[in-house]
Amino acid sequence: MINDSFSNRQYVIRIFIAVLLAIFVIQLFNLQLIKDYGEQADSNALLRRTIYAPRGLIYDRNGVLLVYNQPTYDILITMHELRVMAKNKTPLDTLELCKTLSITKVEFDKRIKEVKHRIGYSPRVPQRFITQLSPVEYAVLQEKLHRFPGFTIQSRTLRNYTYPVAGHALGSIGEVSRWMIEKDPYYKQGDYAGVSGFEKSYEVALRGQNGVEILLRDVAGRIQGRYKKGEFDKAAVAGDNLTVTLDIQLQILAEELLQGKKGSVVAIEPSTGEILAMASNPTWNPGLLVGRERSHNYAVLLNDPTKPLLNRATQGTYSPGSTFKPLQGLVCQQEGGITPETLFACNGPSSSPIRCTHHHGSPVNLESAIEQSCNPYFWNAYRETLEKGGYGDRNANFKANYERWRNDIMSFGLGPKFKDSDVPDQVNGSVPSIKTYDKWYGARGWRAITIRSNSIGQGEVQVTPLQLANSVAVIANEGYYITPHLHKCDSMLNHKHVSLIDKKYFPVVKQGMWRVCEFGTGKWYKLDSIPMCGKTGTVDNSHGRPHSLFVGFAPKDNPKIAIAVVIETSGFGATWANPIASVLLEQYLTGTVKRTELVNRLKTSVTDPDVKKY
Amino acid sequence: MSRNISIKSSIDWPIVFLYLALVFLGWLNVYGASYDYDQTSIFDFSYRSGKQFIWIICAIGLAGIILLIDSRFFQSFSTLFYILMILLLIVTAVVAPDVKGSRSWLVLGPLSIQPAEFSKFVTALALAKAMSSYGFKLRSFRSYLITGLIIALPALIIIMQKETGSALVYAAFLLVLYREGMPGLIPLIGFCCVVLFIIVIRFSDVPFAGVEAASTGLVIAFILMLLVVLVFLFLYKSDKETLKYLSLGYLTLYALAALIHLTGWISVNFLYVSLFCISASVIYLCVNAIRFRLRHYWLIALFLVGFTGYCYSAEYIFERILEPHQQMRIKVVLGMENDPRGVGYNVNQAKIAIGSGGFFGKGFLNGTQTKLKYVPEQDTDFIFCTVGEEFGFVGSVALLMIYMFFLFRLIRMAERQREPFARIYGYSVVGIFFFHIAINIGMVIGLAPVIGIPLPFFSYGGSSLWSFTFLLFIFLRFDISQTARVH
Repeated sequence: MINDSFSNRQYVIRIFIAVLLAIFVIQLFNLQLIKDYGEQADSNALLRRTIYAPRGLIYDRNGVLLVYNQPTYDILITMHELRVMAKNKTPLDTLELCKTLSITKVEFDKRIKEVKHRIGYSPRVPQRFITQLSPVEYAVLQEKLHRFPGFTIQSRTLRNYTYPVAGHALGSIGEVSRWMIEKDPYYKQGDYAGVSGFEKSYEVALRGQNGVEILLRDVAGRIQGRYKKGEFDKAAVAGDNLTVTLDIQLQILAEELLQGKKGSVVAIEPSTGEILAMASNPTWNPGLLVGRERSHNYAVLLNDPTKPLLNRATQGTYSPGSTFKPLQGLVCQQEGGITPETLFACNGPSSSPIRCTHHHGSPVNLESAIEQSCNPYFWNAYRETLEKGGYGDRNANFKANYERWRNDIMSFGLGPKFKDSDVPDQVNGSVPSIKTYDKWYGARGWRAITIRSNSIGQGEVQVTPLQLANSVAVIANEGYYITPHLHKCDSMLNHKHVSLIDKKYFPVVKQGMWRVCEFGTGKWYKLDSIPMCGKTGTVDNSHGRPHSLFVGFAPKDNPKIAIAVVIETSGFGATWANPIASVLLEQYLTGTVKRTELVNRLKTSVTDPDVKKY
Repeated sequence: MSRNISIKSSIDWPIVFLYLALVFLGWLNVYGASYDYDQTSIFDFSYRSGKQFIWIICAIGLAGIILLIDSRFFQSFSTLFYILMILLLIVTAVVAPDVKGSRSWLVLGPLSIQPAEFSKFVTALALAKAMSSYGFKLRSFRSYLITGLIIALPALIIIMQKETGSALVYAAFLLVLYREGMPGLIPLIGFCCVVLFIIVIRFSDVPFAGVEAASTGLVIAFILMLLVVLVFLFLYKSDKETLKYLSLGYLTLYALAALIHLTGWISVNFLYVSLFCISASVIYLCVNAIRFRLRHYWLIALFLVGFTGYCYSAEYIFERILEPHQQMRIKVVLGMENDPRGVGYNVNQAKIAIGSGGFFGKGFLNGTQTKLKYVPEQDTDFIFCTVGEEFGFVGSVALLMIYMFFLFRLIRMAERQREPFARIYGYSVVGIFFFHIAINIGMVIGLAPVIGIPLPFFSYGGSSLWSFTFLLFIFLRFDISQTARVH
């Protein structure tokens, strides 16, 4: 053979080939078995699209649907596709799109700019462009959508309300804040969640569990199908349907009666602590805080000087005035300051150190004192209670008595807000501590006479209408309350709080409150057939006319409803709060109100011309 | 009749089987790579897998025709083919339309072909013819000139067509020259050139031992060169003294320099230390060459001087001669630049696709990266991604093994040829296939710069499949004649 002296070189060539392929195998080993490219591959190819869970519905205590969902549509924009279109010389017909969406070109450009500056913006990921189109707007767009590639539609639901009432109690849905996203990773930017009221308290139960569908996305951002035929998709779990304790008819009537007035109503079923009505005026139609109009309307409400967003029932604090007297009567009996037979003299308006509002028979016992709302009686009872056994060394005895009185009062649910309640947006009331008075007056600088205003509810004691209603429920129950709450469920019934007052002290106070409604300040608005107990209150107010207050419950035996009504800057308790409470009691107990004339008068009368209806 | 029988009994069935297996697997992967979720059948002719099927049928038909042609036909007309091919390439360079910057596609009605693909086997035939002519030996300057011209001419025209990748394939003929007796020193020097180039460029911006003026690339390159000199001297047995003095000298100098540097007294410029070592060695070697009349020492001294100059000019070559996009590709391969959106995008996506395949792969047609077109050119140059993603490490290694068997079988066949013409052609075939496989897969897995050349039998495309089929089956034809003659 010719020229075969180099035949051995074939082995060099073979080795060279083998070594190079071995290097390739090592690199493949490195790429496929050591490094992990799985995540990068998934973030390339998989698009996780959220399937929004339908939010739970809300019913009233009688099964009436109050809050439900209506479909709404968000327009999403994928910037990458717009770029591709521009590159292909088929740019978006912006004018046509603007016309369809009824927005201006300027607004369009502004939104595009805003989208691009969002945190986590990606040109390939659909971004929310316009949110919450109505079904009608959606229908118009849907027909032309094929002409606007890069724009897609995502459907969602909005809250809708059967009745335009109970905005404060039900609350509303809003876009989650950055703070909420950080606290709960369930939320993503642009999600909606309950931000106030019942919607906020029961957010987790109502929201359900969003599902996810995993889609295959190609390099151009187009969806090419489901990943593994949907094997890893997760269906959305609908939120729980919940029942609120409200009686919607009572709620509607309460809000109507409050029209033109600043004030609030809280009605509680004493045996269960269920809130039957919780109204605060001025208020708003909850349908206003939904959808695209939300932010605009919210700003209007926020800037109204009458503060419609304030839930006066849980966030307004007032001196209880004479409505405090039944409690005072109970505590003074309990602490041995008085007995039902104890008599105190009253000189009417010339009494000292506290005047009475009017002349009445004197002396009076507890029952009559409640009926007559006798200030001197309760001052004397208070003094007797606090000074029992003298002041003692360094007032120690007096302070111990005060501390017991304070604890007794707080056992009615006064003082701090209800921590075990689901009622949102409560504020604390106040029953001053010894420390507070020591700070104000010095450790030995205060005596019963110093804090005498407390005896008639005009002192430092401050309550919210919710607390006031609850304290009446304690009287109705003769010694306990269930924490007032909004979610109708059995578990809340375990939140029973027994007051420090012995059961035996209650009948006489109840009797006094019955007499108020039979013969006293409340006699004008007693119910025909149902014996009712109550107490009016007229609280001095430095800003103008006094606040008008009324607390009560009915029927007298085995009460079904306890109520507190506060009408700000309006006049006597008997003038406004009493008739409103009376009408509401009738409505709840009989299902209707026969006194239509009274109802109409109350609905149409205006005590505060600044209050607007939203 | 007799011819058919002789083909049947003399054809090398293993290589035919490997060819059919590769073509079939390639077709499956073209289907996998170009598949979209609407496609229902692998035979759908509006998709690439359907078209590839037609190319395959035609290729097998062409292979059959080639087997029927007398092997002497190719041998006799090889020069004529070559001349016609050169003319066709020139015509193409002039008249071809600009397709993505390349002027290599000749459009004939509905058909477009790439003459550069076919010039490979024509060049191989011409080279075989020239090198097998009577009295030809790879010794004289003239012989190198002829072979060099035959190889370089088509390559240069293809560069003019802006198909640098296809032109580089002609480097594969170095394998043939090596097998046919080109001194081993030449590929070794070439190898040194490549290694030193990579080192100098890769570490050019890194200061050595904190001295700004000393480039780490140059220092390492020089130290490597000194080591190569020591290896040379070690292999050259007669003179142990020179080896002893030089190695001791290097060791002492570098140790001293390192010691001084570490005390922090003076920060030593190791570049000067290396240059001093080199110049001292050159002088010492020259003196010894005269003293002992050793021709090899002149050569070693020349090696040192030449490569010192080469290292210094490497940076110049890189920055002045290479075009920016070529620089970028090399930088990406060397890991100097991370550019996942630009030049590095293809390779990065290719790595993601292959890497996400894992051990067993995602299964046929289940690859998300290739299905959703994240890898550009995934059914042509980057088809190996589909293999990596859908068949995993197991499938990729299996394919590499098939290619290795294929190449080894070709080498074995080339070696059994009695006629130099057939052997030389056979090695051309080996060289061309090996170059394509090595560069293509190396590129896809990030070990070679991005050079757009197809993976034999896998990449989609009629031109490349047919040209590889021609290349292979002409060699098979020679082999049949040879085997038949032996029988």
